[in-house]
Formats: sequence, C-alpha cells, structure tokens
Amino acid sequence: MTTVLLVAERDEKGEIGQSARQAITAANRLQDAQISVVFTGEAPDSATSLPVGRVITISPIDSTDNGIYDQATADLVALVSSDSPDVVMFAKSDFGSVVGARLAFRIGAAFAPDCVEISSDADAAGTIGVTRPVYGGSALAEFEIAAPPVIMTLRAGAFEASTDTGAPAIESFSSDRLPNRPVEVSESVAETREGVRLEDADFVVSGGRGLGGPEPFSILADLADVLGGAVGASRAACDAGWIDHSHQVGLTGKTVSPDVYIAVGISGASQHMAGCSSSRAIVAINKDGDSNIFKEARFGVVGDWEKVLPSFLATVRDLKA
Amino acid sequence: MTVRIVVLAKQVPDPETPPSQFKVDESTNRVIPPNGVPPVVNGFDLNAVEAALKLRDGGTDVEITLLSVGTEFVLDAMKKPLAMGADRLVLVDEPGLDKLDSAGTVKVLAAAIEKDGPFDLILGGRQASDWDQAHVTLGLAEVLGLPLVSLVQKLELSGDSVQLQRVIPDGYQVVTAPIPSVLTISNEIGEPRYPNLRGIMQASRKQPEVFSLADIGLSLDDLAPKMELKRLYVPESNRQVELIEGEDEADAGRKLALRLREEKLI
Repeated sequence: MTTVLLVAERDEKGEIGQSARQAITAANRLQDAQISVVFTGEAPDSATSLPVGRVITISPIDSTDNGIYDQATADLVALVSSDSPDVVMFAKSDFGSVVGARLAFRIGAAFAPDCVEISSDADAAGTIGVTRPVYGGSALAEFEIAAPPVIMTLRAGAFEASTDTGAPAIESFSSDRLPNRPVEVSESVAETREGVRLEDADFVVSGGRGLGGPEPFSILADLADVLGGAVGASRAACDAGWIDHSHQVGLTGKTVSPDVYIAVGISGASQHMAGCSSSRAIVAINKDGDSNIFKEARFGVVGDWEKVLPSFLATVRDLKA
Repeated sequence: MTVRIVVLAKQVPDPETPPSQFKVDESTNRVIPPNGVPPVVNGFDLNAVEAALKLRDGGTDVEITLLSVGTEFVLDAMKKPLAMGADRLVLVDEPGLDKLDSAGTVKVLAAAIEKDGPFDLILGGRQASDWDQAHVTLGLAEVLGLPLVSLVQKLELSGDSVQLQRVIPDGYQVVTAPIPSVLTISNEIGEPRYPNLRGIMQASRKQPEVFSLADIGLSLDDLAPKMELKRLYVPESNRQVELIEGEDEADAGRKLALRLREEKLI
C-alpha cells in the first residue's frame, strides 16, 4: 500500500484544477495507492465525487500569506506529521514549488521536483521511482527514493487528467495559526500589459536568429493577432535587440505551454526548447532542414520564412474569417 | 556599517551548448563536458549578483561573497561575478561534492555560511540551468531557520529590514522582510552587468578562499543522498516531424495552415 497526500489547487473559477486531476492519475501509478486530496479552505462541490478515498480540508491561507506561504507550509507540516503519508504531491506551480520544498526540508524528506513519471518498485516495497527532465530537457534523470516520505511536484500535462468518479470521505484538519510571521506582504500591485500574456497564450508565434532583423517581428505579430496569441522570441533575437527581453522564451526567459507553438527561424537550442517543449504541438519553419527544431516539432516546413510565412498568414486569415 | 551579502553560485555546463554536442556517459550517469565549451556560472545566479550590486549602486556599503560547492572548478568562469564587482569567492571544493543531491548541497552551504558568516542577506538565483533544482535556496532557508522570500525583482534596504518586490503573474507584491533573510532573485531584476576592464583586472588578481569539508565540520558520510540517481540518459525523440511540402515555399505555407486546421489545431 502507498499512502498519497495530494495537495490540490483550484483554477481561476474556484473549481478543482486540472493539475489535481492529473496528479490523481499519477498517484494511481503507485502500488495500491490510497489517495487523500487536500484543499486549503472549503472544498469545491465537485470534490465530493473525486475518485479518491478522502478529501481533507485545511484552514484557508489568507491573502497576506499568499506568495510567502509561511502559514501554508506550517499547516502542511502539521498535516503531514499527523497523517504520515508515503508520498506528498503538489503541482509544479509557484505554491507547489515553494511549499513542497519548504515542507521537505523542514521534515527532512526527499524532494523530487518537476516529475514526469513515477512508479513503485515491484521488488523493493516502499521504494518510489521518479523521472524528471534535467539540463533544460536535454536529458532525463531517473531516481529512486528508498525512505518515505517523498515530496514531489508534477510537471503540468505530464499525466492525463483523471475523469473517474468516486465517493470520498470528507474530513477537516485544523492547525495552529502562527503567532507572528516574519515576512509581511503590504500590497499587490497589478501591472497592465498589452495583449495576451505570453505565458497564458494558446498560440505563440516565436522568431529567432533566422529572421535577420527586427522588422519581421511585425508579420509575427500579425499572425499572433489573427490567432489570438502572443509573440515570443529566442534569446539570440532578444540579445540582438530585435525585440524586448520580455518576449524571450527559454531557460533564461519564459516557459510557455500553448496549444500551438510556431517557431520561425529558430534552430531549437536546448535552452530555448526548455521554455516551449510542453507545447501541445510545435510547428517549425526553418530553411535548415537539419536544425534541431525539426526533431522537436510535429509539423514543419523546410524553407525560407520570407516565402512561407505570408501565404501561411493569408490562409490562416481566410480560415479564421 | 557594512552589509554582508552571500550569493550562492553554481558552475554549470554552458546552456547554449548545441544539442548535438550534449552527451551523457550512461555508465557513470554523468554529462560529458563538450569539447571547447567551457562551463559558466549559472545565469540566474548572475541575476542574484546583479541584485547585490544594485544595492551598492544605491549607496549601501555592501560586501559581496560568492559561495559555491563542487569540485573541478574552472576559475576563469567562477571569477566572472568578481569581475562584475563581487568582493570574495569562497569555494567548498572536494572530490565527490559534484555528486551531492540537493539535501547534501544545502547541508554544505549551511555549514559554510555558519563558518564564514554571519551574513545579513543570502541571495540565490531562481533556478539552475543544469539540474533545475530551483529549491536549494528555499531548502537553505529552512535549514538555517531564516525567513524566505522567493522571486524578488527589486530590493532596498531600510534599517534592519529589506523592502522587496516579489513577482506574481500579473504584477508584484510589496513585501517587507527582516534582516537576516534568504531571497531568491528573479530575472526581472535586470540583465547582469558586463564586467568592465578594471573589474576584470581586479578579479584576475583575486584568489578564491577554499574550504574542505573538514574545514566546515562535515564529511562525505554526512551527505549520503536521499534520492539515488539510477539513470541519466538523452531521450530518444519519439516525435516524428511531418514535413509539409508544396509546389513552392509559398504553397507549402498554405498547405501547412490547411493541415493545422485539419488537425483542429487552429
């Protein structure tokens, strides 16, 4: 038996996030998984039909703890100490990455971030195996953890979301409020940005060194407009000053996971792919048929973007009209 | 009063190495260093150096210490933060220290900081470009029992506290943390400055201060990994690209759009 505590996050509508349903699929990879789903604050109504044994609600974190997570960490340390699970799962979100790491180091547990595969060792009871991408996705690393508990975060989209239903027991857990918290959040300042946020865009049109200058980014912007998406760029294009660094996709830029990532004149260095490899489909336009981007892409045209892109844009426009 | 800042820095393979040159020795589970591509200081750690230098730009008297754990250091690479303006380079250097898991790394960093400290601020980059652990700095805060703020894009000292901006998806939070605290610095802090000639000259004359594990009261036996690396490999790309061809390149562009529609992608 493997006991799993799965810390769920809500989506922007307050419903159970896809990451939690994906984590249920992941947890079921473990031998005889007994899953408990944890919600901070009240559980959404749909939690009563999750395909798990228990739903546990803990005290909500107030907005002043958001981002710092001193109280959230303390709450989960208390729950994990009392529940003694073999595995604690988080999404690889800001919350999951920070609280997961702090929980692991506070209780002296192993921490496995950004897992894309997990398993139980059939021969060694209690041993958990995890796989995670390293070196910007150029390599995969497989680890074994012999001594539970292991705290892990799961990469978005690495597991299919579970659509099963069940009838979990509903429980609540209360922990002490911290008497004083050393870090104080006084306000949140919203910054307005134009257009669709790169990280949220369903379509990203990115340009690289092969564009040869700043002007071609205007046709990329036109294409992004038609698709309702955002413009990205490789580090080479940003370093050359053709477009602002806020558009940079990659290890040292933003990580995007759109439905379609259109890479124009981008060779596909691993540091760039680290920022876009979880896209549903990568479409490459590049005149060098040997470039790495074609190893990662689902669709591609080997050709000069100056000739390919205008007709591509015109056809997309017609299809969208 | 001098504000003592320690910046955690890691030597990594250059992430700009072309994928064709990226190779793994599967018998040892190690990356084979590519020929002629020297390692670099992890780019995000340079953001943390930049954050410390910005405090100095603002008129604060700061002493900036780089701290790194590993072995086979390439000093030309590790001295880059010194050339940018950092004051000291402290290395915990011993064979085997490149094989630590994050729990072991945190233990060594904590011991070195206790030996070399006290420090007012401990800064780390938001993640490393090799093992992308992104949590060594967070773990260090827990082990040292210090307050922690992640993803800082701006910092300003005022008395015995530090005013911060913490990046959130649609803006930033205004945060006050006490001194000492542990901060991870986001790349929104700004591009790391280029070393100038004077900086490069000064850095070339500086020597690192080197600790062995025994110097900081540890041995390799204290650092057994919680997670055992079983296999490191370059995945076979199972994605087969579908190349769209046409009568000419313009026709290929048109057909590409139609194919994406057929797949309901657009």
